[in-house]
Amino acid sequence: MRFDILKSDRGGTILLLLLAIVTIVVPFLHLAVPDGSAFHLSSYGITLIGKYLCFALLALAVDLVWGYCGILSLGHGAFFALGGYAMGMYLMRQIGTRGVYGDPVLPDFMVFLNWKELPWFWHGFDQFWFAALMVVLVPGLLALVFGWFAFRSRVTGVYLSIITQAMTYALMLAFFRNDMGFGGNNGFTDFKDLLGFDLSLPAVQIALFVCSSIALAAGYIACRFVVSSRAGRVVAAVRDAESRTRFIGYKVESYKLWIFVISAVLAGIAGALYVPQVGIINPGEFSPLNSIEIVIWVAIGGRGTLYGAVAGAILVNYAKTYFTTAFPSIWLYFLGALFIITTLAFPRGVVGILGRRPAARVTA
Amino acid sequence: MMRALRAFLVLGGLMLAINTLNAAEAPAASASADPVQALLDQLPDADYATKRTIVDELVTHHDPKVRALLVAFLEGNLYVRDSDRTIVIAAEEPAGHTRIGTNNGLRRSLRGAIARFDLSDPDPKARLAAIEELMRSMDTETAALLREQLPAERDPDVREAMTGAIAIGELTSEDAEVRLGAVRALKGNLTADAFNRLTTMVEPAADGTPVETDARVRAAANDALYSIKRWRSFYSLVETLFFGLSLGSVLVLAGIGLAITFGVMGVINMAHGELMMLGAYSVFVVQQLMPNHIGLSLLVSIPVAFLVAGLAGVVIERGIVRHLYGRPLETLLATFGVSLILQQLVRDVFSPNNRPVETPAWMAGSLRINDILSITYTRMYIVLFALLIFAALLAILRRTRLGLEVRAVSQNRNMAKAMGVRTDRVDAMTFGLGSGIAGVAGVALSQLTNVGPNLGQNYIVDSFMVVVFGGVGSLWGTQIGGTALGVVNKVLEPLTGAVLAKILVLIGLILFIQRRPRGLFPQKGRAAEA
Repeated sequence: MRFDILKSDRGGTILLLLLAIVTIVVPFLHLAVPDGSAFHLSSYGITLIGKYLCFALLALAVDLVWGYCGILSLGHGAFFALGGYAMGMYLMRQIGTRGVYGDPVLPDFMVFLNWKELPWFWHGFDQFWFAALMVVLVPGLLALVFGWFAFRSRVTGVYLSIITQAMTYALMLAFFRNDMGFGGNNGFTDFKDLLGFDLSLPAVQIALFVCSSIALAAGYIACRFVVSSRAGRVVAAVRDAESRTRFIGYKVESYKLWIFVISAVLAGIAGALYVPQVGIINPGEFSPLNSIEIVIWVAIGGRGTLYGAVAGAILVNYAKTYFTTAFPSIWLYFLGALFIITTLAFPRGVVGILGRRPAARVTA
Repeated sequence: MMRALRAFLVLGGLMLAINTLNAAEAPAASASADPVQALLDQLPDADYATKRTIVDELVTHHDPKVRALLVAFLEGNLYVRDSDRTIVIAAEEPAGHTRIGTNNGLRRSLRGAIARFDLSDPDPKARLAAIEELMRSMDTETAALLREQLPAERDPDVREAMTGAIAIGELTSEDAEVRLGAVRALKGNLTADAFNRLTTMVEPAADGTPVETDARVRAAANDALYSIKRWRSFYSLVETLFFGLSLGSVLVLAGIGLAITFGVMGVINMAHGELMMLGAYSVFVVQQLMPNHIGLSLLVSIPVAFLVAGLAGVVIERGIVRHLYGRPLETLLATFGVSLILQQLVRDVFSPNNRPVETPAWMAGSLRINDILSITYTRMYIVLFALLIFAALLAILRRTRLGLEVRAVSQNRNMAKAMGVRTDRVDAMTFGLGSGIAGVAGVALSQLTNVGPNLGQNYIVDSFMVVVFGGVGSLWGTQIGGTALGVVNKVLEPLTGAVLAKILVLIGLILFIQRRPRGLFPQKGRAAEA
């Protein structure tokens, strides 16, 4: 039965199929179609789609906690950014002597700050496996500690949303500090290569894009697996009637904690894939506004469906790219109106309008 | 500074005189029978000793032009015309004139004479300035000069400054007893001069020997320094607390409107910050409409901002929030949409840049309590204003019909409805009230920060923190919580720096919520289970 999870999930099947098509067609359009053709996809296009896929994975993570467990996290941007920073640290170490100051060990900003040696937390980031481990561990541990405190003392609803917001806000302020050792205001940029491959090569960009796509598919299947498992059903019960679930005898805190940690890890992976594609990470990623925006993607796509979150992230971000270039001043009106109309008229989001199948019951 | 300014003015006036007379000179004093003129006539031919007595004599005549003459004399700008012995002031030596010479001794008595002249100025401020000027070169001689003036001085501030200056001057005395007396007199003196002088006295010089040779004086100086340091740290603590109080007041102002919409109604209004922004822009618009009455404009802005933000609030409530009661997280999203629209609206109507808002004259400046502690009027008014708003809100909720209905609806909506309360209307009014208060807070913020489209965003996180920390549904909680957060922040700041202090406060707040998930003053009873 375990492997039949997609059988009853028509939305998910469509999503995975579309994803597979995109993964094959996009590199083809870039490599095989000649430059002048209308169907040619520029390398900018590839990284753009890769970026959307990372956002989709992030939205998936938010939908897992919000749509299935009722935890509205306004701080998921923090997990995303932490994963991104872990990857960024690896990429910074890879620059080596090619930096402006040419220091073989210290990244440029440390030389600029006149630091003499690498801070302890930067050790090990010259190894990819270590960085990859940190991409998973750092957001996971933060979520574990934060969630352990918050769920144990039964901080729920709005209060939880606000302290998650405080968390990402505090992290943003901290990462803006130069003394933190994460490049301060400017963050990390000017990356050279990943695992020895030059990041500016089209082939590497395509590889990253394919990785994002695979990560999204794997993330989707993992999430679907989690929510359709026995534990996932308890999680949904927690969402719908927390006290009742507790009285029946389930340890509500543990279920919440684990779903929160899994979600944070997914967000971290999304961040790690995002950074090499856009080529920069800075403390702005921690801004509370970013985190709220992620929630909006999920709400617009339709929460509690997983594939809705993916659709929402891609739709909203595509609209953002389109409007901010075509009509920059209209974008915020559009986004604002989207928020209002979605919550008022379409609480189930885009998939709620399209789908004939009733979405999972949703309560705040 | 003062003297330099006056000298400049004298020179400036002189240039004018030169231009109008079309000559490189100007008569400094017209020939007449007045005693000043008589003294001046003797000046060119006198020897240095006589010149000094003449200068001393001149000071006794309170003629404003004497000061100009003395300053010119001191700076070597006093000349005598060879033909008719008329005394003139000029910046450079005019033809056919001889400079009236000075030497070191004479210049010293000239300086004293000018200071004494200023010390007998009828305006106490001028006298204080004169003492400050003398402080630059206090020695026993100047101290003696001040001692002469002391009995005649009536103004307490000037007397205090004089006593301090005398003691500082006497620190340079040859006589150990005089120095001892001076050191003792300086105990409790909070001026930077006293502190620096005493510190140099007790510190050893470069070769290791103490600057002050007498052990008793050294001990007394150490003692005085200790007491000065204690007072200084006391006043800096008072100052920190006041800074904290004023920051806390800003937080309370930002949070208290939210305490109504979020606390009493349970509605998360993410557009709260933008309502404050509307209030701040109201100030800008009012100031544009009445550019000649900046002082009044701020007062006019308060009701305007209340109405603008309040109406916007009512529209938001009727249009959006009303449909989402009982779904707090969705209200959050919808109102966030509103906030984005309002921001962009302001960008399009005004400009993406910050708009200049003027500070009225009555808010500028600061209240000087002593040399260490001075309180800016802006901060003081903010503290008072926050208290006033808090009292007004409390009165509305406790004493008015609307307040009664608001409390009834927040406690038990259905029962209130059954009793005939028009809950729809109450909801709109409550939301309007909370939004209006946000607008009024925006008026206060316009005096503290830049008025721009991002004003709201900068305060939204803070204002939620304050409300959650204080306890949702409790105005007192918001007041006390906001003040406490402000004070803690400012107390931490000197130890850790501003950013880290803020981070620590946020972390502390997160931990606090774990201990007391419902804030400082939790709601009790059934309402708390919502």
